[in-house]
This record gives sequence, C-alpha cells and structure tokens, in this order.
Amino acid sequence: MSTIKLKYDIPANDFVAAGEASSNVKKKLAQIGIAADKIKKAAIAMYEAEINAVIHANGGTADVEICLDRVIIAIIDNGPGIPDLELAMTEGYSTASDNIREMGFGAGMGLPNMKKYADKLDINTEVGIGTKVTITVYFI
Amino acid sequence: MKLLDIATILNAQVITANELLDYEVTSACGSDLMSDVMAYVTENVVLLTGLINLQVIRTAEMMDIRAVIFVRGKQPLDSMIELALEKNIVLMTTDLTMFPACGKLYEAGLKNGFDSGR
Repeated sequence: MSTIKLKYDIPANDFVAAGEASSNVKKKLAQIGIAADKIKKAAIAMYEAEINAVIHANGGTADVEICLDRVIIAIIDNGPGIPDLELAMTEGYSTASDNIREMGFGAGMGLPNMKKYADKLDINTEVGIGTKVTITVYFI
Repeated sequence: MKLLDIATILNAQVITANELLDYEVTSACGSDLMSDVMAYVTENVVLLTGLINLQVIRTAEMMDIRAVIFVRGKQPLDSMIELALEKNIVLMTTDLTMFPACGKLYEAGLKNGFDSGR
C-alpha cells in the first residue's frame, strides 16, 4: 500500500461541523481494513484535537498520512497557543467557556485523552502563533 | 442484554434503527460530559445522556457506542437523527430521569461502562 495523504479544513467556530474530518478518517481507515481498536484510538485522539481547534483556535487544518504501519495526524491552528503546556496536560484543567461546557466539552480531558489514545503525541505550541498537535497511532 | 430489552425496561421510544435492536450490550454509562465519555467508556456500551447536540452522536461514533438513550423525555434534533441513521446508531428517548434510568438498567444486570481506573 502506498501512503495515503488527506487534508481537511477545520472550520472556525462551527461546533456542528466539528468531527467531520475525524469521522472521514475513521471511515477511510475502516475501508482499508485497519483493526477496529487501532481505528478507535486514532479517531478519538483526532476528534479531541479537532474539537480543541474549534473551541480554542478558530479552526485550522488537519493533515493525515496513512502509511502501511501507522497513521500520522497533524492538526494545525493559528490560535493563541498554549502558555503552559504542562498545566494544559493536567486532567480537569480547562480554559473553555461556559458555552463550550454546556455542549459537553471543556472538561479538561482533551489533551489527556489525546495522550491516552495516541501512541505518540507531539505538541508544538507558541503563544500568539498557534499550535501543531501530531498524533501517531501504530497499526502493528 | 439486547437493546430491545433496554427499550422495554425504560419504556423508551425508539427513534432510529429499529432493525438493530437485537444488538447485545453488556454495560452502560450515564453522562452529559462527552470528554469523560471519551476518556473512560469501555466496549459494548449504551450511553444515557440529557445532552442534546450533534457532538453526542459524533462521540458515540468515535467510541463505537451503538445506542444512545436520551433521558428526561428529551428529543434529539433532526441533524442528530440524520447522523445516527448514517452511522447505524440506535437512538431512544425515555421519560425517566438519569438516576432511575441508570438504576433500572443496573438492576437488570448491565455493568458499569466507565473504567476510570479508580
């Protein structure tokens, strides 16, 4: 199998559309016959990253690379950046608005969840510039 | 337990996917917090929630949750029904509030679908 490359826009402030890219990647991974447990890990981690981009960063883009042995998902935004990454990784810590909490998110589980489900998680963030979250899930 | 049994126990109205009511689940979780659902939910689970927005269905999709039960008589939005149909997710609504709905299912033998490791 050659590498499959996918690119998605994550629209700004569109809570309804949030998750469409993750849904699409989930479907794609199923089509090429990846094991269900690996798909779930990738889908959840990507979905959390997608939601974060919508909530905190006016959307962004998702670059997905599906290789023979892994999927690499990069969610890139031009948002405010994360001033204290260690603090942001703490379960329960959140800067989301009440509006977002009413939607069932903003519980401070997004980054911890990504860490939990990704086999490898890289976060590059700079205040005022943006954040790039790279999620890798291995198939074997 | 079959989803059909759950519908009977909760006296729930089945909104989508009648044809999937033979599906077997072993546990349930009740939560309005989708972040927690994504953190802790195990396999073969039904989700009970009072939350109404499209991300409930998205969360169910990502977590491979086959059925969502809305408590307090809440009705899902058309967009939620549409997405649930597309993803083969059963939607039901019960007039029971969260605690008695969960209690009845627990009493009937469903296990805790949250694994928080604690």
